[in-house]
Amino acid sequence: MQLTGAQALIKSLEEQGVEVIFGLPGGAILPVYDPLIDSSIRHVLVRHEQGAGHAAEGYAHVTGRPGVAMVTSGPGATNIVTPIADAYMDSIPLVVVAGQVATASIGTDAFQEVDTTGITAGITKHNWLVTDAADIPDVVAEAFHVATTGRPGPVLVDFPKDVANATMSWRPAAPVSLPGYSPPAEPAPEAIRAAAALIAAAERPVLYVGGGVLKAEAWDGLARLVEVTGAPVVTTLMARGAFPDSDPHHLGMPGMHGSYTAVTAMQRADLLVALGARFDDRVTGKVSAFAPEAKIVHVDIDRAEIGKVRRPDVAVAADCRLAIEALVAALRPLLAERPGGGAAGRLAPWWAQLEEWRRRFPFTYDRDGRGDLGAGRRSGRLLKPQFVIEQLRAATDDETILVSGVGQHQMWAAQHWRFERPRSWVNSGGLGTMGFAVPAALGAKVGRPDATVWAVDGDGCFQMTAQELVTATAERIPVKVAICNNAYLGMVRQWQHMFYEERYSEVYLSPDLPDYVGWAEAMGCVAMRVSEPEEVLPAIEKANDVDDRPVVIDFRTDSMEQVYPMVPAGASNDDIVVHPSQAGSPR
Amino acid sequence: MPAGSGATAAPGRGARELGAAAHHLIALRVENRSGVLVRVAGLFSRRGFNIVSLAVAPTDDERFSRISIVVDADSAPLQQVVDQLDKLINVVSIRELSPAEAEQAELLLATVAVAIGSRDAVHLETLAAAAAAEVVDSDGQATTVRLAGTPEALDAFEDALRPYGIVELQRTGRIALPKLGRRGLG
Repeated sequence: MQLTGAQALIKSLEEQGVEVIFGLPGGAILPVYDPLIDSSIRHVLVRHEQGAGHAAEGYAHVTGRPGVAMVTSGPGATNIVTPIADAYMDSIPLVVVAGQVATASIGTDAFQEVDTTGITAGITKHNWLVTDAADIPDVVAEAFHVATTGRPGPVLVDFPKDVANATMSWRPAAPVSLPGYSPPAEPAPEAIRAAAALIAAAERPVLYVGGGVLKAEAWDGLARLVEVTGAPVVTTLMARGAFPDSDPHHLGMPGMHGSYTAVTAMQRADLLVALGARFDDRVTGKVSAFAPEAKIVHVDIDRAEIGKVRRPDVAVAADCRLAIEALVAALRPLLAERPGGGAAGRLAPWWAQLEEWRRRFPFTYDRDGRGDLGAGRRSGRLLKPQFVIEQLRAATDDETILVSGVGQHQMWAAQHWRFERPRSWVNSGGLGTMGFAVPAALGAKVGRPDATVWAVDGDGCFQMTAQELVTATAERIPVKVAICNNAYLGMVRQWQHMFYEERYSEVYLSPDLPDYVGWAEAMGCVAMRVSEPEEVLPAIEKANDVDDRPVVIDFRTDSMEQVYPMVPAGASNDDIVVHPSQAGSPR
Repeated sequence: MPAGSGATAAPGRGARELGAAAHHLIALRVENRSGVLVRVAGLFSRRGFNIVSLAVAPTDDERFSRISIVVDADSAPLQQVVDQLDKLINVVSIRELSPAEAEQAELLLATVAVAIGSRDAVHLETLAAAAAAEVVDSDGQATTVRLAGTPEALDAFEDALRPYGIVELQRTGRIALPKLGRRGLG
């Protein structure tokens, strides 16, 4: 069968099971958009290539399958650089197909030419420049293999226009053979034995759960590990939902804005069992002061993460699910032999301490805050963003997917939402990409059309990518967006408040410019504005009843609200700053 | 740049310290494809690892090239450098070679301000002969000598040339193979 390169590309994507592509056509990728008309693959036409990338990420987050985005050369490719970097930081399987100028024009500064493989080399697991149409089936198979195996991540296929127009004899992809690529899978038995021995002996263990547990679909094994050990669990920003928040073993999120109990438990632990976590600086604070008494068991599929920040006592380079299952199997006999009623008994003093911290230092905020003028305030009571998130959670079920942008609202969402299900939380963790929420929510809804998808966004974030709500309306993707509109770049404002003597430089945005309701309506959304606490729940319920178009609620929240607790950047986690109402309480 | 282009880089100052304990030699076998050298060099710059010298050329098997990198080990833990390199898809195998277990060689070309037939030319020829270097070119103003040998021999020769006035000097960076009986690199 003779196919054009473009037809071969689409056919190869179909054979990989691709059901949707997020993209935007242009000159160099034009040939590929022609056979797309006849393909079973759905194409979602975004309004900006950054939206295509984040939508594909959102899709991948909630389905566990690779997200696919397609863009043209030059500015199309550079516009998707941010999502590629985002996916690289957060280990999201993403396959980007980028058009490229014809091979004969490469290097001549042709119209819409950039060195796409060069630009993306440092932010992809790998990329390919296709120079022969006969290579297409193999390159596509390799791209999906690399994106989805080992530590997942983004890949890019750079696709010159003449290769798309060339003719090739179709053949299915050969089995993938990459001599330089062999991610670990099974854990080494001796490493598991050593790790199990440390866990069995620990008196103050903490299971430090990272995004790798979600990537490896290891949540069932994690539940068994908790059951067997009775150990407390913390879930990082990337791991929210990997373990139910309602389980009493869960201490919450660690890190710069984590719960006091999660942060302090790690500081005082005698053993940290890191499961698919990478000792990120937002978790460790000052590394030299992090968890000073703890031995470390580090399970990660990426060998380069093990020992990168903190030297482990036991390294387990393996798939997280297989490693956790092996740990459970190794621990059962060990813990059964122990006298004194097993783990719960042995860990009783530790749990007594944890419960004490948990009782004294829960997440809190001033529910009846009056204070300074809040944006859009009509009465003396200020609308607190945490209250909005609590009400949103109260009005939605456990299957609801929560997506967030980056900043204060993201931290409040991570703190105050009750996550009960894996893959119910979608956010930009490592790169901290403002503008992530709207397009990622759209992609999440495409991946899980049965689930309600709410985005909690900031006003600053919303202004970066809101145009993808046009996409959502046009493509009938009914996402819901709650803007916590505090009229500021809130997290930057918080740092200026705390560390720059309240000298507020270039952070004021205005609550009314743009008119978010008018803007959302212009994009085909149902739109509401809420300023009073008692209006919050009715507005959310009204939004939940809309299922044929996107909804935007402009919540006018308190501008002065700060995220607590906070570990100042570069400080030791021991110097965690708690909410003012808890300060002075002896620890 | 294709890995097989034979490109080398050996900054003079760094090269003078090749024998220092803080330097490690890493031998990579990589797929002989376009862009491989960029990926390797890009990884070093991205991760803040310092390259002291770099030598690249195809091997006897045309599918692969060999990259020999001398790394400033003070810039990063060696294991981290190796683990990050291992993540590059085109890097097929990696071996760290300590001086004790490696047969090392390097090539030097130097032009010194010694005119043909001058009195210094006689001294230079004596010096070259003693170091097993060759005079490869000369004219009324300068002479070019070539020496292949261990990095230490090149260091010593370079020092000996200095009084004559070095006009230009180029070293290739180290290449190495495991000493026999210690092989293991695929």
